[in-house]
Amino acid sequence: MIAFKVNGRTVEVDAEPDTPLLWVLRDYLNLTGTKFGCGVAACGACTVHLDAAAVRSCVLPVSACAGRSVTTIEGLAGDGARHPLQQAWIDRQVPQCGYCQSGMLMAAAALLRANPNPSDSDIASGITNICRCGTYGRIRAAIRDAARARGARS
Amino acid sequence: MSAAPARGKPRSPWRRRFLIGAGAASGALAIGVWAFYRKRDRLAAPEALTANPGEATLTGWLKIASDGRILVQVPRQEMGQGVTTALPMLVAEEIDADPAMVHFEQAPVAPLYANPTLLGDGVPMRPDDTGLPATLMRLTQYKFGQTLGLVATGGSTSVRDAWEPMRAAGAAARAMLVQAAAQRFGVPAAECTVENSRVMHAGSGRSAGFGELAMEAAALPVPQDAQPREPSQFRLLGKPHARLDVPSKTDGSAQFAIDMRRPGLLYAAIAQCPVFGGRLKSFDDNKAKARKGVRGVFGLPPTSTSAAAVVAVAEHYWQAQRALAEVDIVWDEGDHAGHDTRAQRDRYTALLRDGKPRSYESVGNIDHALAAPARALTADYFVPYLAHATMEPINCTALVRADGGCEVWVGNQSPTLVRWFAARAAGVDSDQVTVHSPYMGGGFGRRAEVDVVMQAVMLAAKLPDTPVQLIWSREEDTRHDVYRPMAAARLDAALDNAGNIAGWRHRIVSQSCTGGITARLLPAAASDLMKDKTNVEGAFDLPYAMPNRRVEHVLVHEPVPVGFWRSVGHSFNAFFTECFMDECAHAAGRDPVEYRAAMLTDSPRHLKVLETAAQRAGWGTPPPAGRHRGVALAESFHSIVAQVAEVEIVDEQPRVHRVVCAVDCGFAVNPDTVIAQMESGIVFGLTAALHGEITVRSGRVEQGNFPDYDMLRLAQMPAIEVHIVDSGIEHLGGIGEPGTPPIAPAVCNAIFAATGRRVRELPIRLA
Repeated sequence: MIAFKVNGRTVEVDAEPDTPLLWVLRDYLNLTGTKFGCGVAACGACTVHLDAAAVRSCVLPVSACAGRSVTTIEGLAGDGARHPLQQAWIDRQVPQCGYCQSGMLMAAAALLRANPNPSDSDIASGITNICRCGTYGRIRAAIRDAARARGARS
Repeated sequence: MSAAPARGKPRSPWRRRFLIGAGAASGALAIGVWAFYRKRDRLAAPEALTANPGEATLTGWLKIASDGRILVQVPRQEMGQGVTTALPMLVAEEIDADPAMVHFEQAPVAPLYANPTLLGDGVPMRPDDTGLPATLMRLTQYKFGQTLGLVATGGSTSVRDAWEPMRAAGAAARAMLVQAAAQRFGVPAAECTVENSRVMHAGSGRSAGFGELAMEAAALPVPQDAQPREPSQFRLLGKPHARLDVPSKTDGSAQFAIDMRRPGLLYAAIAQCPVFGGRLKSFDDNKAKARKGVRGVFGLPPTSTSAAAVVAVAEHYWQAQRALAEVDIVWDEGDHAGHDTRAQRDRYTALLRDGKPRSYESVGNIDHALAAPARALTADYFVPYLAHATMEPINCTALVRADGGCEVWVGNQSPTLVRWFAARAAGVDSDQVTVHSPYMGGGFGRRAEVDVVMQAVMLAAKLPDTPVQLIWSREEDTRHDVYRPMAAARLDAALDNAGNIAGWRHRIVSQSCTGGITARLLPAAASDLMKDKTNVEGAFDLPYAMPNRRVEHVLVHEPVPVGFWRSVGHSFNAFFTECFMDECAHAAGRDPVEYRAAMLTDSPRHLKVLETAAQRAGWGTPPPAGRHRGVALAESFHSIVAQVAEVEIVDEQPRVHRVVCAVDCGFAVNPDTVIAQMESGIVFGLTAALHGEITVRSGRVEQGNFPDYDMLRLAQMPAIEVHIVDSGIEHLGGIGEPGTPPIAPAVCNAIFAATGRRVRELPIRLA
C-alpha cells in the first residue's frame, strides 16, 4: 500500500510501486481529468502538481509520491469556484477538443506560482505541452489575463 | 368516351404473365425511384428520440423540459470544431430562446440525423459546376446518404447540412409554443410575440414561459410551413457566442471515451503486426499471464479495417501494458516486409513522367499551349505520408452481453459506421448495438475509422458481460494510422509575352483516400473505375482564369493505408498549386498578389478575400526588419481562405512570426468559432509543414511518438489575425478544414522571398 495526498485527501492504493502516477489517478482513483497522451513525458497531457511543482505523471512512479501531496485538475480550484486560470480559459474560449487542457492548466498554474508575472518568452519556455488543436495563442493570452487578475487582486 | 380499338387478347399465358410482371416491375421501379428521390420530412421526431419525465419533444431536433431548459439534439460529434454550440444556436435563434437555457444532447443514431451533404459533396465534379450532370450526381449522392441514414461528421459540412432542418425545427417549435399559448390565453396566435423563452400577449398582458407551454405545444401537429427568419432579423446568429462545452473542458469533467468508467471494467493493451498486411503466427503468453491482475492474452485476426494483433487484458491498464511487453509474439510479416518509402518516392517520380494519368479537368488545348510558349516553367513537388496524432490516443470500450446485446463507447465521426461494424464484430444485428459518442480528443478524419471498434468488440465477445477498454499506445497510433497520402506532382506552365498563364498542366501521383476507406469498409465495392475527387481537390477547381489547362491523376496502390486527414487532398494540392503560382508570378516579374488578382476578375469573392488578407498584412509596405512575406489563396469545403505569412530565417530555420488570414465562409454562425478554427487549421498545417513526415522501412513505420513525430509548440506559435469576409447565407461553407491548406504555401513563398530558394517538398528543410 502506498499512501499520499490527492487534492487534500489522503489515499492509499494497492498498486505495483512502478505504476506511473497517471494510471493510479485514472484507474485506481477514477480521477480521469488527468489525461494519457504519449506515455513518455513528451506532450504534457498528464501534468499534475507534486507538492508545488508541475510533473508529468505518465513517467512518475507512484512510489515516488509516498507521503507527498498531489494536486490534479479536479483540485486546481481548491476551495474556490474556479482558479483564475480556469476563468481566463473560459473568458478567452481556449479549449477546442479540450483533451490537452487539463495538462495545460496545471502547467500554467505551476508557472504562475513560480513566476506571477511571466513575460511572453517565460510563457513560451514554461509551457511545452502539446495542443493538436492549436490553442496556443489563446493559452498565452489567458495566462497573461490570469496573471493580471491576480496582480490586481493582491 | 369512346372505346379503344380492340387489340386482341394476349396471345399466350406466358405473354400475359410477362406483361403483368413487366407492368409490376416498372411500377415498383417508379415507386422505388420516387421513394428514393422524394423530399424527406426532416422535422418529425424519430422513435429513437425518447423524452424523460417532464420533457416535451417538439420536432426531432429539440426537447423542452418543464424547467424551461431547451435540449437541442446535436446530430454531429464534437471534436473541437464547436459544433455543439453552433448547431444549438441555429435552433435558439429561430425559437427565440433565452440563451442561458440552451443545452445540447447527442442525438440518437437515427436516419433523421444522417448527413447527406457529406456524400453530396463527394462527387468528382468542381464545386462550382452547376450543370445538369453534376447536379444530378450530387442529388443522387445526397439521396443515397439519406437512404443509407449515414450519421457522420466530416468534410466541414455540419453547419451547411444543419442550416435548413435545424432552423426549420426552431421555427416550427416556436410556432407550436405560440399556438399553445394562444389557446391558453384565448387570443389569436398572430397577436403573440416571443422573447427570451417567453410567449407574450400584449393586449391581455398575459405571458407564459416555454417550460410551462412545452407539453401543450408538443401535443400540436408540427407545422411544415414555419419560415426561418431573414438574416437581417437575426438576434443570435452572427454574434460571438460562448461555447457550451468550454466550462467542462477547464475542470477535468468533460468526458472522453477513454474516461469511461464502470464497475468491473477491464483494460486492454495492444500490439499490432508492425508490418502492414501481416498476420499473427503464434505467441507465448506464459510469463505475461503470471503477472498480477492479468485476465488473459488474446490474438485478434486482421479484418478489412484492422490489423492482426495481440491484446493483454488486466484489471488495470499499466498491468496490461507490462504484461503485453512480456508476450513473445511471432508475426507472419506477409508480402510487404520490404516496403520502403524511399523506393516508393522513386517510383512516383518515374510515374510523373510515364504514368497512365486520368484526366479530371481539361479546358482548351493544353498541348498546343505548352508546345511553343513565350516562357515555359516546370517543377516537381512532393509531400510525405502524415499521421493524424489526435491527442486522445485511439481507444474504445465495449461490452458484449451473453444475451447478444452490445454496447460501445468510442470517440467517433460516424456512430452509424460504429454500429454496423460493432454488430459485425459481435455477430449480432446492428439494432442490438448501442453506441455512446463522448467528446473526441481530436478527430481530424482519424475517427472516421472503425479499426479500434472491430478490435474492442472482437475482444469483448471473448469476455461476455465484461466491459473492456482497449487503449492503443501512442506508438501503436503513430504506426497504425490511416495516413495522409504521400503525393508527388509535376506542374507545367506556359506564359505568354505579358507573363500571363496561357497553359497550366498539373499531374498528381497518389493513392486514393476514398478508395482506401471504401476498401476497408466495403471491400466488394472497391474499384479503380470510380473517380476520386479528393485526389485532385484544390487542383481541378482553381478559381484562376487560365485558358488552357489540364489536371490529371495517376492512381497507385500501396500497402500503407490512407485516409481522410484534415482538408484531405487540399492539404497537398494547395501546396503544389499556390507555390507554383508564386513561381509563375516571379517568372513573369509580377507581384504575387497582383498576379493572382489579375486572374480573379470573374471570381469576386476570391478576389475580395485575397485583397483583404493582403491589405491587413500590409502587403506592399516593408515588413519588419528581417522578415519576409508570402501569400497563398485556397478554396476548400465551399469556403475561401487567403493567408499572408511573415517569416524570418533564424539559424537556417523558418520562424513564422505572424499569419494574417482572411476567410469567406459565407455567413459566420459563431464568429469566434470561425476565428478559432482558422487558428487551429493554421497550426495543424504549419505543424505538418515544419515537422510532419511518416516514413516506412522494412514495411514498418519508422516514427513512433512525439519525440520523432514532433508537433508545433507554444514557443513556435505565430501571432494569428483572422478577418471574416461576409458574403451571405447563400454561400455557406465549412470552417473545420479550410484554414489548413494555404499555410504551407504561404510560408514556403515567404521563404522564397527571404532566400530566393524554392521549397518544393515538405517538411521544410533549409539546412
